[in-house]
Amino acid sequence: MGMPLDQSFVGRSWPPTEPYLVGREKIREFARAIGATDAAYHDPAAARALGYPDVVAPPTFPVAITMAASRQVIADPALGLDYTRVVHGDQRFAYTRPVVAGDALVCVNSVDEITSRGGHEFITTRTEVTTEAGEPVVTVWSKLVQRGEEH
Amino acid sequence: MADALEPKTFRVTRADLVRYAGASGDFNPIHWSDRVATGVGLPGVIAHGMFTMALVGRAVTEWAGAPDAVVEFSVRFSRPVPVPDTDEGTEVVVSATVKEVTDEGHTRLSLTATCNGDKVLSLAQALISKR
Repeated sequence: MGMPLDQSFVGRSWPPTEPYLVGREKIREFARAIGATDAAYHDPAAARALGYPDVVAPPTFPVAITMAASRQVIADPALGLDYTRVVHGDQRFAYTRPVVAGDALVCVNSVDEITSRGGHEFITTRTEVTTEAGEPVVTVWSKLVQRGEEH
Repeated sequence: MADALEPKTFRVTRADLVRYAGASGDFNPIHWSDRVATGVGLPGVIAHGMFTMALVGRAVTEWAGAPDAVVEFSVRFSRPVPVPDTDEGTEVVVSATVKEVTDEGHTRLSLTATCNGDKVLSLAQALISKR
């Protein structure tokens, strides 16, 4: 408890995850859960009219894939992260294109930064989300904060 | 696009958090158990940061008039969004100003989200592609 995170994780990359097959119903479920009603999230014909092969995912949908994928990093006991004291610090997405139903997406995780300030530990993971052929789709950065012990 | 966009208000209830947990796969109990949330020093159940960000994303795509217009999107979660166990829940208000139009013709929005008058995000911005 309260140990600094293992700095040797910075700059490391992990092997690609197994492909995540993006389902049409999963996108619809996610869109309903956030109240997003745009037809392109729900109706394949509306998405096709915009030039996509199937329904389009809302902008924050990739986190449903990357959060699970990044457990490869943050759940590694060697990192030393106490998940019960973790809060979400920052989140960033840079899109090449939206996620679309039918995509089979692979995640490559790396750790950009680990810092320590005011008793809190900060870790920034970067996940490159690509197709199985390696075509870029979106890059996702998450900064997690492990809060220091109360004094 | 106008310089200041019409603010959008989103109601957030416990039921929304349960549904978001299922859809996103984020089952952290601080988003559904008062017992666990207060045990780690929170006032009670709080919204997933990513649920708040999703609501801001809705506002951005609605302002852009396109579901696929977002090129970059980033936030810092500066304060939790407590969601009381009432029918009314709470409200998140999202507003934006146009910060710049880039050389490529993209529009950069500076975003604000508040709950009970407090800013819950900082450094929040989105880059929207030109249509």
